[in-house]
Amino acid sequence: MIAETFLPLAIAFFLCVGLLFTFVAAIGLLKLNDGMTRLHAPTKAGTLGIGSFLIASVLHSFLMGEPSMHELLVIGFLFVTAPVTANFIAKVNLHTRSCDMPDAPSVDTTWSTLDTPEVDKVIASNE
Amino acid sequence: MSFAPADLMNYALMGAFAITALSQIMAVIRLWIGPSTADRILALDTMVINAIGLIVLLGIYQGTQIYFEATLIIAMLGFVSTIAYARFVLRGDIIE
Repeated sequence: MIAETFLPLAIAFFLCVGLLFTFVAAIGLLKLNDGMTRLHAPTKAGTLGIGSFLIASVLHSFLMGEPSMHELLVIGFLFVTAPVTANFIAKVNLHTRSCDMPDAPSVDTTWSTLDTPEVDKVIASNE
Repeated sequence: MSFAPADLMNYALMGAFAITALSQIMAVIRLWIGPSTADRILALDTMVINAIGLIVLLGIYQGTQIYFEATLIIAMLGFVSTIAYARFVLRGDIIE
């Protein structure tokens, strides 16, 4: 009784969540202006959208009477590989200079221990 | 139009099919117009993700588990191909 009423509602809920995130990701991929901002939208489809679809598939296997948790493997794989993929695409964006680059660092001659300023040399000699 | 739980699940499934297919078409549009190389790589990666979603939805629709291996293999191939494209742009070579 509980399985026949609660499980289809849960499947419908997870399908709707996945549907929403997949659609938002596609709109973001199509409508945003900059290359880097376009990058951030579809990474949600890879994790939340497909994750919800796969959880719905797990619940549907329980509803069918053949429980299996295989889909959690795909969820784990996508969760591990999505940041790596996004990082590589961001590196391509930086490499082709298709996004705003940060300002070059100001020239600082007192970096680290190679070029110690005079004030610090006095302190170091006192010790 | 009834709203029993099983009917509600079927409506959600049909909506998910339609929206995922629409997302695939929108990714194809970005692949076509994308100004830079990174946009095209990103569109291809999104298309792989949406293809996994469509196969999972087909498995739910038919009530079988036989599509699990296909989703896993497509996920792995999509990851490797995206990294290969990105490395080719970054380094000019894939395996150095």
